[in-house]
Amino acid sequence: MNFEAIKSIYLAEMARTRRTIMQSIISPVISTVLYFVVFGAAIGSRITEVDGVSYGAFIVPGLIMLSLMTQSLSNASFGIYFPKFTGTIFEVLSAPVSFLEITIAYVGAAATKSVLVGMIILITANFFVPLEIQHPVWMVAFFVLTAVTFALLGFIIGIWADNFEKLQFVPLLIVTPLAFLGGSFYSINMLPEFWQKVTLVNPVVYLISGFRWSFYGQADVSLWLSLVATMIFLFGSLAIIHRIFKTGYRLKP
Amino acid sequence: MSAILSVRDLEKTYEGGFQALKSVSLDIREGEVFALLGPNGAGKTTLISTICGLVRPTSGSIDVGGHDALKDFRAARQLIGLVPQEMPTAPFEMVADTVAFSRGLFGLKPDPALVESILKDLSLWDKRDNSIMSLSGGMKRRLLVAKALAHEPRLLFLDEPTAGVDVELRHDMWRIVGNLKERGVTIILTTHYIEEAEEMADRVGVINGGEIILVEDKAELMRKLGRKLLTLNLSEPLGALPAGLAQYDLKLANDGNSLVYTYDTHAERTGITSLLTDLSAAGVRFQDLQTDQSSLEDIFVDLVKSG
Repeated sequence: MNFEAIKSIYLAEMARTRRTIMQSIISPVISTVLYFVVFGAAIGSRITEVDGVSYGAFIVPGLIMLSLMTQSLSNASFGIYFPKFTGTIFEVLSAPVSFLEITIAYVGAAATKSVLVGMIILITANFFVPLEIQHPVWMVAFFVLTAVTFALLGFIIGIWADNFEKLQFVPLLIVTPLAFLGGSFYSINMLPEFWQKVTLVNPVVYLISGFRWSFYGQADVSLWLSLVATMIFLFGSLAIIHRIFKTGYRLKP
Repeated sequence: MSAILSVRDLEKTYEGGFQALKSVSLDIREGEVFALLGPNGAGKTTLISTICGLVRPTSGSIDVGGHDALKDFRAARQLIGLVPQEMPTAPFEMVADTVAFSRGLFGLKPDPALVESILKDLSLWDKRDNSIMSLSGGMKRRLLVAKALAHEPRLLFLDEPTAGVDVELRHDMWRIVGNLKERGVTIILTTHYIEEAEEMADRVGVINGGEIILVEDKAELMRKLGRKLLTLNLSEPLGALPAGLAQYDLKLANDGNSLVYTYDTHAERTGITSLLTDLSAAGVRFQDLQTDQSSLEDIFVDLVKSG
C-alpha cells in the first residue's frame, strides 16, 4: 500500500476545500438553512406532527441526507473530473499508485468534506428544533456509509463525464429528484398506497428511512432492509470502479 | 553500459483502430541522453506514455531497470520521471506544495531540503509560495521538470521540452539536461527540433509511422550519413558549368560567383583532389573555399522521406 500517495492526494484535495471554503462548506449550509426556514418554520407550522415528531424535527434527517448525498456526489465527481480536465491526472496515473489507492484518496476526501457539511447542518438544526438521537452509533454508520457510497458514485460520474454538462447531468436529473422523492420532507406513509409501492424502487428511500430511524426510532422500511440496500449500493459502485480501472475506461487509452 | 530501459516488440493499436506503434524495440543505456526524433504523429508521445503507464500496450514488453513495467509497475515507475508535452498544472496550487505532492505520490516521505534544492536548481525558489497560475510559460515548464525530479528518478522522459519556447528558454533547458546528465540521470527526450538532438543527445532514434527506423550514435550517424559541401568562391563568375566537369556533382550558386560541390564523406574517394585538378585544367580560378557538413536535419528529412 502506498500510504504516502494516499495521504498526498487526500491532503491536496482537502487543501482545495480550504481554498474554496465558501463553495465547499458555507453554501450548502446556507441552502439547508433556507430549506429549514421554508419547510420547517413556514410550512411546518401548519403541519401537525408526523409519526409523533414535530415536522421541523422530522425533516432534519432528510435534510442532512439530502445535502450529504448531493455534496458527496459533487465533491467526488469534481475532484476527479478537474485533474482529468486540466490534464494533471497524468501524474497520478504514472505514479506507483494502484486503483484502490487512488479511489481511497479521492473518495475519502470527498466523503470527509460532505461529512463535515452534514455535521455543520446537524449543529445548525439544533438551534432551530429540539433534536434527539436515539441510536447514535447507527446514526454515524448511516451517515458515513451514505457519504462514502455517494462519493463513490460521484467518482464514477467524474470519470465518465467528458464535459461539464455531463458532470451536472446525473446529479441534477437523477439524484436530486430521487432524493426529494425519497422521503426527505415526508414520510412515505403519507403517500397514496399505489405511490408508496412505486417509491420502494427508489434506493434513496432506504437510506433516508434508516437514517431517520436512528434519530426517532421510526422508519418507513425495516432497518435491515435499509442497511442491505446501502451495502448493495456501496459494493455496486466499488465493482464499477474496479471495472473502470481494469479496462482503463476514460483514463488510460 | 547496461540497459536501464528495454522495450520489446511493443505494439499499440488505439480503440479506433489506429496503430500508433508497430513492433517497437528499443534499448536505452544507463546514463545516456537519447533523442527520439520524428514528425508529428509518428508515435513519440504514445511510446513514452506507454512506457510510463499512461497508455495500455496492445502487446509487447517493457522492462525498466529489471522490473516489468506492467506486472511490477510500482518498482518500474519508481525509477521514472515524466515531463509531459502539454503543461498540465493545477492552477491554484502553490509551487513548493505541488513539488512536495509529486514526491508523495511516489510513496516517499516529505523532504523539504530536497524540494528546496530542486527548486533552486531550476531557478524557482523565489516563486515557491506563488500559485502556479502566476508563473510564466517557461517557469511552468521548469516546474514540471521539478515535479518530475521530486522522487529522484533514474530515468527522465522529456516530451518536447522546448516546444514553443523562446531561444533563451531553450538554452536554459539544454543546460538543465546537461546538469542532470552529469548527475547520472538517463534522459530520453523527444523533439522535432533537430538542433536540440544535435546539441544534447548521445544517441538518436528516429521514429516514423509508429516504427523505429533508425537508432544510431549521434556522431556516427552524422559521420555516416553526413554529406559535405565544398563551396568555391570564384574569381570570375561563370555563366555555365564547364563541359569537362560534368562527372562531378556540381552546382553554380550566388549568380555564378560560387561553385558548390557535394560529396560523401564516407565514400572511398571524395573526388576533391581530382576536381581541383580538373578545375585548374578548365581554367576556373577561385579565391577562397569552405566546407559545410550537412546537419542532422537534412539527414532526418532524408530518412523520413525514404521511410
